[in-house]
Amino acid sequence: MNRVVITGQGTINALGRNVPDTLTAMSNGVCGIGSLKFDNADRLNIQIGGQIKGYAAQDHFNRSEISLYDPFTQFAVIAAQEAITQSGLNFSEEELADHTGVVLGTAGGGLQTQDQNYRAVYEAGKNRVHPFVVPRLMNNAAASHISMIHGLRGPGFTVASACASSNHAMGQAYHMIRSGMTQVMLTGGSESMLCFGGIKAWEGLRVMSPDGCRPFCMTRNGMVQGEGAAVFVFEEYNHAKARGADILAEVIGFAMTSDADDIVTPNKRGAASAISRALRDAGVNADDLGYINAHGTATTVNDRTECAAIREALGAAADKVMVSSTKAMHGHLIGGTGGVELLAVIAALKDGMIAPTINHRTPDPDCDLDVVPNTARQAKVKVAISNAFAFGGLNAVLALKTP
Amino acid sequence: MSVEDKIIAIVAEQAFLEPKDVKPTATLEELGIDSMTLVECIFAIEETFDVQVPFNANDPEASQFDISTIQTIVHAVEGLIAAQKA
Repeated sequence: MNRVVITGQGTINALGRNVPDTLTAMSNGVCGIGSLKFDNADRLNIQIGGQIKGYAAQDHFNRSEISLYDPFTQFAVIAAQEAITQSGLNFSEEELADHTGVVLGTAGGGLQTQDQNYRAVYEAGKNRVHPFVVPRLMNNAAASHISMIHGLRGPGFTVASACASSNHAMGQAYHMIRSGMTQVMLTGGSESMLCFGGIKAWEGLRVMSPDGCRPFCMTRNGMVQGEGAAVFVFEEYNHAKARGADILAEVIGFAMTSDADDIVTPNKRGAASAISRALRDAGVNADDLGYINAHGTATTVNDRTECAAIREALGAAADKVMVSSTKAMHGHLIGGTGGVELLAVIAALKDGMIAPTINHRTPDPDCDLDVVPNTARQAKVKVAISNAFAFGGLNAVLALKTP
Repeated sequence: MSVEDKIIAIVAEQAFLEPKDVKPTATLEELGIDSMTLVECIFAIEETFDVQVPFNANDPEASQFDISTIQTIVHAVEGLIAAQKA
């Protein structure tokens, strides 16, 4: 089996327009969540989110690109460009481009395009829509445009598993290089659900917080959505080594499980077995694990179930591991969240920067792990995992180590 | 139909029970209403009475809406209707 390393990373999210700005914000415990600004936001009960402030498509794309790119595609394209630039890979080499693919995660895809066009036909009573509604809203649009822009002719597709989409996508990319199917993969996820219909649908479930995201804190009262993307360059180890690439981290394991239980309520057994199997796949022990980027949505059921699952999977080692949820800073990017959260995992391994769980006021006895409250920490971490536990009971955990 | 009758009808439908089997003193747990069914009941109450129910599934006890029994729900909804009219 081939070894898989990460040689590039890119992002745009509520904390920053690129990786350095995002990591600076994470290390300073900045909260990117604020008032939502879009049409009819005043009709929402939930009026906060991790929106990318001051974002304007025309600052990044020309008119014909914008007519084809829903915001979820725009975010993915911006993130992919940063990741490719950092990797130093040159896709004008035919052989390399033939063996490089794109696998991205998203839950809502071109939801803003749907929202706008439903308004046009149902609310405004128009009988005509823009010719590119379908190519703009389709879930694979972001992956396809990255492939087209950079001429990547290897495998390309999009994974949808709600809040675990990014982790499932990165797991596929990892397996493809590991098995020898491809040499390089662009992978991660993207989401742009911050529009009236997107938030209104979530309101219905009664799990959203009206005033902030406070994971593992006794005062938590629900999740807060975010938007954006993160894309990584996964590369076969010898390929990266031979060209003298700067290796950010190594992907060493991946596991997926299903709760087979409830469509929205998570289950400890499914989450715990995903964690255990990821460690086993990576060939490491619970004692080796230094950091967990938690799913940590700040809903009562997630946080308690996740903490119990970590205890079940790690046993006594659970008391030594640092566990943080960065969602309190960037919000829950749904299908894109695992991407942005992997940035925190890589920062922990590469720079020893443990991103904090901000907004933590009162400890919850049911979440009695070291949740790195409020302030970032410097610590040496050799192995870290990233948890994602989706609606539908689909769990995906990635394990990484220092290069 | 009184507010109580309407709420009993909503809860009975969600719990797959006959309205006569839903006693005002019954708790949701006794009626077999789980958290997702409760969210559906709240939605039906909002649609029926055109009110906004302050309910957060993360912490039902902290919501200013007492869901202990059918009776407490009826009182809370009557309060919301009165506030709506005021």
